[in-house]
Amino acid sequence: MNKLLLVGIAIIGFLSAAAILAPFISPYEPSLIDSASLLMPPSYAHPLGTDGLGRDLLSRIIYGARISLGIGIIAVGISLCIGVIAGSVAGYFGGLADSIIMRSADIMLCFPTFFLILATVAVLEPSIINIMVIIGLTSWMGIARLIRSEILSLREREFIQAAKAIGASHYGIICRHLLPNALGPVFVNATLGIAGAILLESALSFLGLGVQPPVPSWGNILIESKATLGVAWWITLFPGLAIFVTILGFNFIAEGLRKHWGYNA
Amino acid sequence: MLTYIARRLAGSIPIILGITMISFAIIHLVPGKPTSAESALNPKVSLQVRERIEKLYGLDKPIHVQYLEWTRRLLKLDFGRSFSDGRPVIEKITERLPVTVGINVLSMFFIFIVAIPLGVKSARSSGSWFDTSATFFVFLFFAAPTFWVALLLMQLFCITLGWLPISGITSLDFEYFTFSQKVIDIVRHLALPVFVSCITGLAAVSRYMRTSMREALQQPYIYTARAKGLPERTVLYKHAFRNAILPIITILGLSIPGLIGGSVIFESIFALPGIGRLFYEAVMMRDYPLIMAEVVLGALLTMAGNLIADIGYAYVDPRIRYAKKVS
Repeated sequence: MNKLLLVGIAIIGFLSAAAILAPFISPYEPSLIDSASLLMPPSYAHPLGTDGLGRDLLSRIIYGARISLGIGIIAVGISLCIGVIAGSVAGYFGGLADSIIMRSADIMLCFPTFFLILATVAVLEPSIINIMVIIGLTSWMGIARLIRSEILSLREREFIQAAKAIGASHYGIICRHLLPNALGPVFVNATLGIAGAILLESALSFLGLGVQPPVPSWGNILIESKATLGVAWWITLFPGLAIFVTILGFNFIAEGLRKHWGYNA
Repeated sequence: MLTYIARRLAGSIPIILGITMISFAIIHLVPGKPTSAESALNPKVSLQVRERIEKLYGLDKPIHVQYLEWTRRLLKLDFGRSFSDGRPVIEKITERLPVTVGINVLSMFFIFIVAIPLGVKSARSSGSWFDTSATFFVFLFFAAPTFWVALLLMQLFCITLGWLPISGITSLDFEYFTFSQKVIDIVRHLALPVFVSCITGLAAVSRYMRTSMREALQQPYIYTARAKGLPERTVLYKHAFRNAILPIITILGLSIPGLIGGSVIFESIFALPGIGRLFYEAVMMRDYPLIMAEVVLGALLTMAGNLIADIGYAYVDPRIRYAKKVS
């Protein structure tokens, strides 16, 4: 265990705990409108201040952690499923399946992800489910490529030949023998992927095309900061800081794992 | 070299086909018809009008015919007319293009003149305080959401300090300025957007340069060069640097989709009239012809960028040219 990994795990552990325990630790209801305390700067009653509707910013950020972390993790879960299946089929069977899958990945990589996601959101209406699925569908290519190259390098090894010799099925070889050996780099990549998905979600929500108010997400809390720039600095600073620290945490874990397992890339 | 280029060009044909298919499919994901989004709830739009619109856009034909007709028009760069104001889509895009391209070229330029020396210095003194602090900042830059950094900088420079204008690309009284005033005005407007669009690229390129330079410095030919008694400058810049800079060409190509996608965010924050903001407006207005055109053009641009990067790489590195397989 190195320091980077520990710090990363501490940050993400703390944030996840806050997200899970949100109803118990947040001082107010996240959507409780209080017209007596509009745009209040940080104070004892509201540690991070209030927004233009008098809602407590700390509570909104804590509840926002549920949405933002949740979307990040589930989106990467979806892209992992697609990427692992596509990558193993391409790497293990080769031939036509390989060309079709990897050509599709090349095509997907040509699209500016943000354009693709915005266009799909424009067609399908933004909702939390849609955003998770769309981010997942547009970010599986890196994982597929990674799995494929790992499997290609493992495929001809002796333990795989041994498995074939005792009559293991294709499915068994892929799941029992190949994938477990390829998981390290995939895990690193997936951790970075969560950070990327959270960034994407927050940018989408900030543009008003992601998570829709009144459900708080770190990105859509920041929408208001455009209007309150110069009036209420806390609305700009804190939600962004939450995103920043989360991304930093996931990046620390990824880099820490990479060092811990000794990959150099 | 020519056979390499021919092979790469041939390889991109299925990719172009795939790009057009996916773009076409996205727009047809819409439940119902593209015309119903605006008009179904609007009693003023009669059935006849809706049918006329459907005929105009060929929506009454089977889907594969629609696709073929759409790609045929695509070849002539005819993307149809915008739903919002009826102007040809291609005209709207070309008038917005210079702003986006200008900003991206500028930020590329700054990324490279800052990140490459930074990466080289980090690699040379790996483990030193300089390297450690550079690594630290790379982490920070990677993790910072660009739109948040943009908001914070706007708060600081445009409101608290009042040094820079907050949005747009020129001041209101721009036409009355002298030439030098005009230049200063544009520089003041572009300073923040260009800086913000540099941040992620700066972190990425300096990181790649550091890794690449460190690898080059561990190669046997560096020991040979040092053993020959070559001056350190020559070893670094003639032997290590030239080899280390090669992979950066690929990074340049790979960073294009990020730059195009990122332009949506900072152009809408800084209210710059580029294609990113045009795309954002198109999405907000459900202007399907414009959305489709920008998605296709963005992807084709990216593909062309990768193609040029690959060919450039093959040009400077013969090993790629003569390799049997293109991975």
